[in-house]
Amino acid sequence: MTTILARIRLVLLASVLLALAGAIPSVAQQLGPDGAPNPTASVPNQRTLLQEVPRIEGRIDIPDEKAAVLIQPMGRVWEYFHEVTLHWVGAVVILGTIAALAVAYLIIGRVRISAGRSGRKVSRFTPFERFAHWLTAVSFVILGLTGLNITFGKIVLLPVMAADAFSDFSQAMKYIHNFTSFAFVVGLVLIGVIWLKDNLPSKVDVEWLKQGGGFIKSKHAPAGRFNAGEKLVFWFALGAGVAVVVSGYLLLFPFYATNIAGMQVAQVVHAVIAVLFIAIILGHIYIGTLGMEGAFEAMATGEVDLNWAKEHHDLWLAEQLAKAQREGSPEKPSPTPAE
Amino acid sequence: MARMKFLCDADRCIDCNACVTACKNENEVPWGINRRRVVTINDGKPGERSVSMACMHCTDAPCAAVCPVECIFQTDDGIVLHSKDLCIGCGYCFYACPFGAPQYPRVGNFGSRGKMDKCTYCAGGGGPEAPGSPAEFAKYGSDRFGEGKLPMCAEMCSTKSLLAGDGEVIAKIYEDRVSQRGYGSGAWGWLTAYNEDV
Repeated sequence: MTTILARIRLVLLASVLLALAGAIPSVAQQLGPDGAPNPTASVPNQRTLLQEVPRIEGRIDIPDEKAAVLIQPMGRVWEYFHEVTLHWVGAVVILGTIAALAVAYLIIGRVRISAGRSGRKVSRFTPFERFAHWLTAVSFVILGLTGLNITFGKIVLLPVMAADAFSDFSQAMKYIHNFTSFAFVVGLVLIGVIWLKDNLPSKVDVEWLKQGGGFIKSKHAPAGRFNAGEKLVFWFALGAGVAVVVSGYLLLFPFYATNIAGMQVAQVVHAVIAVLFIAIILGHIYIGTLGMEGAFEAMATGEVDLNWAKEHHDLWLAEQLAKAQREGSPEKPSPTPAE
Repeated sequence: MARMKFLCDADRCIDCNACVTACKNENEVPWGINRRRVVTINDGKPGERSVSMACMHCTDAPCAAVCPVECIFQTDDGIVLHSKDLCIGCGYCFYACPFGAPQYPRVGNFGSRGKMDKCTYCAGGGGPEAPGSPAEFAKYGSDRFGEGKLPMCAEMCSTKSLLAGDGEVIAKIYEDRVSQRGYGSGAWGWLTAYNEDV
């Protein structure tokens, strides 16, 4: 019995060794057809290497790690993305959004307060909330415009500007873009913290979406402090904000944390997310200004008309009024605390 | 018209870095800037090969295409030059370059880059400075090409591994070498730079 087991073990061991020997590539010097050592037998061939690896890398004598990459054909792929894909996608998405909003304005028009203004005001946003919003908003617009210049400036502005004037302008835009990013990060963090609680999904959101939000004039969908549409914008802004910030700082601190492939990916992520971000925010700006009567004053003065609140945020208004009643000041309900 | 190219015969390169030194000396390149470098593949293994690499002056140069201020252009001789007056130091040419050629002096905040610097094929600069003038030399380096000479790196190469000149002529020299000695690991970078191989 023991001998059979021992034999099985021996066979297993031999087969494992054979498999290993087959797997290890031969590193011994190869011989040419005439038996002489072939000086080129194990030499890496450019074509083969390029098929095997995305980048040909080696050892470098200078203290610059990124210089160790000898050839990276992906540069041409990134060039195609930057010069063809991004130009088309960016133009179609952004101009398409503007066109869609124009059509929406022509068809739906400005959504009025159907009961008219009541004359009574309800507090909606505290000064601190408005500060956080406008910090993010102003820095976003600056970042968006200065960023668009890097991609579209040479198509839109360079033909109508002198080359050196456009260069000086772009240089300034670059610095403004880099420094404004810090304000945007602060705004994004503030927004994320102060509005997180009110943007958690709830059952009423489903009902709001079913009723088509506020876009069907005859209906007023139920909503709490933020309706489902606003919640979607909030979560998109938070997600996209984190993505552009992370990819942006990788670009701002080049090669600190990543290699050439990482830099290219960071630029692609930064550009694609930024284009989508701009499109979504264009929609957000439209609804907050032109698209809806009584909406802009919420962020401008912090107060909204009672009837506006009734039509767009009925559940929140009821809550506010109830709270005000408990505190004994029915005239002017206090806003929701920020924390 | 001749189309200028570089060709590094990796079977001759001995990683002596004379081309790197010649380039630095000829163009008085600042510290930290390497217009040319030598990369060793399979270092210490059978089939080790070294390749001297700089700007290859690509056909349809990707750096020129992605530049947001269009400061990079190709001369009639196929040499890719740029204007440091227009460059804004965005770094995009480095992402597009298949050969890691663009270099940036570190100036200002964060990792931000100064005006891009790269191999000019010893042909002066792409700015408004007069060819061969001290102002041009200070910004871009030597204008040997304007004097009818080839780049210093290739001229200094001790094993004549690095070849510079008319693409057809240097390709012929390399082909003859390969057929005579019976082997060659290829014209490194040519496939990516010029979409052709020798």
